[in-house]
Amino acid sequence: MIDEDKTEITEEDEGDLTGALAHKIHTVLGKRIPAVDGAEKVTGTAIYTVDMTLPNMLHGKILRSPHSHARIIRIDTKRAENLPGVKAIVTGKDTLGKKNGIWRRYAELCDEEILCRDKVRYVGDPVAAVAAINEDCAEEALALIDVTYEVLPGVHDPMDAMRKGAPQVHNHAERNVNINRHIEWGDVDNAFARCDHIREDSFFCSSQHHACMETHATIASFGYDRKLTVWTSCQSQYYVQILLAGMLGLREGDVRVIRPPTGGGFGGKLSLDSTQFCSSLLSMKLCRPVKIVMTREEDFIATKRRTPMHYRLKLGALKDGTLLAKEVKVVTEGGAYTGMGATALYLTGFFSSFPYKYPNYRYDGFRVYTNTEGTSAMRGFGAPQAMFCGESQIDMMAEDLGIDPITIRRRNSMTPNYTVPGQAIIRSCGLPECIDAIEKYIKKRGPLPSNHGIGVAAYGFMSGGIFNWIDTPYAFAAAIVKINVDGKVDLFTGAVDTGQGANTTLVMICAEELGIHVDDVRLHVGDTSVCPVDLGNWGSRTTLMNGNAVKMAAADAKRQLLAYASAQLKPNIVYDLDIKDHRVHLVSRPERGISYFEVVKDAIRGNEGQVIIGRGHYTPHRKGMISPAYSFGVQAVEVKVDTDTGKVELVHVATAHESGTVVNPIGLEGQLEGAFHMAAGYALMEELKMKDGKILNPNFRDYKLFLAPDMPESEVLEVDTYEPEGPFGAKEAGEGLTNPTAGAIANAVYNAVGVRIKDLPVSPEKVLRALEEKCLQEEKPDDLYVATS
Amino acid sequence: MERIINLNVNHECYEVVIHSCESLLDVLRIRLRLTGTKKGCNEGDCGACTVIMGGRAVNACLVLAVEADGEEILTVEGLAQGTRLHPLQEAFIKFGGFQCGFCTPGMLMSARALLDENPDPTEEEIRRGISGNLCRCTGYVKIVESIKEAAKIMSGGDLHDR
Ligand code: FES
Ligand code: FES
Repeated sequence: MIDEDKTEITEEDEGDLTGALAHKIHTVLGKRIPAVDGAEKVTGTAIYTVDMTLPNMLHGKILRSPHSHARIIRIDTKRAENLPGVKAIVTGKDTLGKKNGIWRRYAELCDEEILCRDKVRYVGDPVAAVAAINEDCAEEALALIDVTYEVLPGVHDPMDAMRKGAPQVHNHAERNVNINRHIEWGDVDNAFARCDHIREDSFFCSSQHHACMETHATIASFGYDRKLTVWTSCQSQYYVQILLAGMLGLREGDVRVIRPPTGGGFGGKLSLDSTQFCSSLLSMKLCRPVKIVMTREEDFIATKRRTPMHYRLKLGALKDGTLLAKEVKVVTEGGAYTGMGATALYLTGFFSSFPYKYPNYRYDGFRVYTNTEGTSAMRGFGAPQAMFCGESQIDMMAEDLGIDPITIRRRNSMTPNYTVPGQAIIRSCGLPECIDAIEKYIKKRGPLPSNHGIGVAAYGFMSGGIFNWIDTPYAFAAAIVKINVDGKVDLFTGAVDTGQGANTTLVMICAEELGIHVDDVRLHVGDTSVCPVDLGNWGSRTTLMNGNAVKMAAADAKRQLLAYASAQLKPNIVYDLDIKDHRVHLVSRPERGISYFEVVKDAIRGNEGQVIIGRGHYTPHRKGMISPAYSFGVQAVEVKVDTDTGKVELVHVATAHESGTVVNPIGLEGQLEGAFHMAAGYALMEELKMKDGKILNPNFRDYKLFLAPDMPESEVLEVDTYEPEGPFGAKEAGEGLTNPTAGAIANAVYNAVGVRIKDLPVSPEKVLRALEEKCLQEEKPDDLYVATS
Repeated sequence: MERIINLNVNHECYEVVIHSCESLLDVLRIRLRLTGTKKGCNEGDCGACTVIMGGRAVNACLVLAVEADGEEILTVEGLAQGTRLHPLQEAFIKFGGFQCGFCTPGMLMSARALLDENPDPTEEEIRRGISGNLCRCTGYVKIVESIKEAAKIMSGGDLHDR
């Protein structure tokens, strides 16, 4: 299908089509189309999982471990069972004793029990669950469950966990190493020997929480027909379906997962959670629907979070700023379970080479178990960490060499058709143009007031991952297009919109390909029994992967329509037909055409009354190890540092992002603005504070998110590219935008007041301390002078 | 302890039996099945539960239902007039003032309370007006823009002339 795409474009424009031109030839793409689910979301009529009630439904609550590491000696549920209103209680004994994990092929990575049987491994680990007539009653019952624990020494820091003799979180993991990764190309040691300058720096990337506004929630309903239906707030109804089936001993086809509108995901709803397992277990015991909604505190302590990482970077360059070699060593805090963390470990290693051409590169990463909440996927998936460290260090390197930060980035920038040795094939790449755009922006800002500074960071990200972690035999993405007699189209896709706008993007792609309007398309998503299998929303995969599947399905349906139109229009064989704006016409002579609606009617009549059905799918083949396409950009952030308080204020931000053909500018800008909010929080203040493995700030009073008055003015600098692998030339615009901000802000702080903060978040205390240290150091030469004179 | 309270919600009168410790939010969501108003934290920290009570934006999770006895309450379900969307709702759709939509009902009610009091707010006043409402998706940019545009049409301007 991809080759078809290319010929289609080249026929129209002799192979010289940029994203900008592409907008002009499209009737739907590139327009500011309001979200297709807007009306329901602004009227309170969108029904999220937390809003649903089923007849005869019970409410569940989950008992969680108060200890970070303990053996379960005994669980006594008697008293709780006797509480009036309690209908069922489940513990580890009610499970099959299997361990859950996304890498179904690798037993050692499937390490999470759905209810702990022998041991708890973090504060929040689920131990038992209750179903009762209401939430209060279920809550009361939790207090009546007696669990006898033998408290074990816990290990809460990955460095401690790797020491000999440290407590073992899992018996199978020697020195608590969950997984390690190595990436290497070139001759790193030799290259360092040739460098004019080498820097070694250490960094620390803190933890961050997804903080979706809708907490994790599930309703499970197991019927007397032994079939399970689950409504859940998730990022992949398919993962939930097959992993639930596996853990509960059901056939996949007997588990139907419905994903109502979802109140945010950001990676946090990708792993399965305890609401899904516990509500299902309880419902299976009762044949009644059971609903479990996490409290905000549970959402903070008992889901997953962004992976904290200890980074050590060695960077070697020639005098002119050419980067010759990089060596990266990373230890990540894995928390108690694997989750999606193994991919974060790999991606942080891969993206540490981004977005530059390193001829020699070596990465070693260790993911270490600790007795803390599991760490996993979160928007950027290892890349924000890589780019905070990498972009900080490259600024330091530039300063050492006396080179401008823009120049060093330009000198080493990735370019189109570049191959990352053994890893990735990059086709479109607009990074050089993004660097130019940001350089212009900085010049335009002119001289800054004192204590202001602008920092830049360059970045890149993937458009969907080539990881078949779930070991599915199905295509990664698929779509079905059904054309009805009135010309209305039903589009079925397994794609997941957790707010990022995938619904609208896919409807637009379908309408564009079929030559119809957005409101001609009715979208069907979020139900495993209706929609094709899809791997869900992660790795910024939807626009490219689902987009290609939808485009292919629409093209398949269109081909069938055009066959009927051809009989009527009788074009010369060398002319081909197309549809635009409800008109089926000859491409070369657009004035010759007939109505789309007439053609649809004829086609259905001629097809023995059957609706027209088009099918499409997408799986990347021979696209390297990581992704079929990559997006790039550069961000500049201006900050103002208060030297009395250490507080960093965001003044202005500009981002030059290239994501191929822009499908919907509203969606693109929304992603950019939202990503900046999340990434600026990561850079400056969001941090899960822990003591002995216990999260101390599991609420929005103590874990703060930026509010509307805190946010700076933001500017989008357009850079056009065209991605041959993407639908109509489009690629990702979701997670990548989270990557540059922390680095850009750290660089900006340095440029403003001359202090370099290497561990996140860049909090007022750290800035203040660094300012004081700097002050002391600057006084030293004077002292020396006094002493010697 | 059980009690009976009278509520006027979105111009309809309800007589509701409640427990004295129940929050207005739970009464709206569970007893009246008005689930448009969201629960993001139940601790007064996120603003997802914002409704207008007696003309003021309040966090419904922090209001005891008994305190709301006899009050007039407006929720997101009562924002549209009949089948016509409120200009704020239209503007949120047109300018992309939401993504996942979970904070949206609360945002809209904060915005409505702001515009009722100050029909022509500056950008800073808008930002302050929604500073009790968290949004994890949008970075607030398009929310602020939507409110600005809604204010414009409500004071006679046109949503489409920009
Ligand atoms: S739910 Fe009321 S403020 Fe969060
Ligand atoms: S739109 Fe998702 S939280 Fe605001």
